[in-house]
Amino acid sequence: MPNSFSVSGSRQEGISVLALDGFLDAHTAPAFEEAIEKEVSAGHNRIVVDCARLAYISSAGLGVFMTFIEEVREAGGDIKICAVIPKVGQVFEILGFNSLFEIVGDIPQAVARFAHSRAEGG
Amino acid sequence: MVANFERTFILHVPSSTENLALIRGFVSNIGKQAGLDENQVCMIEIAVDEACANVIEHAYGSDRTKEVVVRAKLSDDTIEIQVEDTGKGFDPASVEQKEVTRLIQERKSGGLGMRMMKLVMDEVQYNMKPGERNELRMVKKLKRP
Repeated sequence: MPNSFSVSGSRQEGISVLALDGFLDAHTAPAFEEAIEKEVSAGHNRIVVDCARLAYISSAGLGVFMTFIEEVREAGGDIKICAVIPKVGQVFEILGFNSLFEIVGDIPQAVARFAHSRAEGG
Repeated sequence: MVANFERTFILHVPSSTENLALIRGFVSNIGKQAGLDENQVCMIEIAVDEACANVIEHAYGSDRTKEVVVRAKLSDDTIEIQVEDTGKGFDPASVEQKEVTRLIQERKSGGLGMRMMKLVMDEVQYNMKPGERNELRMVKKLKRP
């Protein structure tokens, strides 16, 4: 039954990359929340969420992004989302996340966007 | 004239979020069997997930001894989903539909489920009898590939 979910974290060029794998719903969202919380508590406010292996997301998963985005932006960081498959992408789109979050093609692009923001003084 | 056959499928599951995957699989399989395209299956799957997550967390307060009933009724041109519970219910009219930007400002993680259901389904209706039988009925008009 497809209800597995995992998050793996790494650091690239001073940016935290959280790779999501599986199905993100009301059952698995706490694991994602814990992973982001850990980064934010460590003062890591520049976060890339890699969705390449994320097969499904419901509003419970979207809620995790919503909980933390203001906090990390206020601290000068951001949560950038990358490598979203179409099935997940349309859920982001339906709720208007495309205009609220920066969603890019892959991890290098997301990391580069942080460098770009810094160059602009953001 | 071709007869319009209706088929009904019923799933009874314990009220636990770990069963959301099973519930999604149930409606997804019915949708696929009915010949719906991937996008439609996905929309039905997410609407049912949201409905059942609300029942499990809010109507039953995550009481795993309770039961959620999902009925999927398939006709030639619609799929109708009913989600039933015997939990505490609520007044749907009193639920404020806040914009996502406002929820973000308030650092709220919830409040999107009902909005999602209304956005992806063609009809969403609640019939509440708290403690007896609460029913959420959702209809999606089918576009066959």
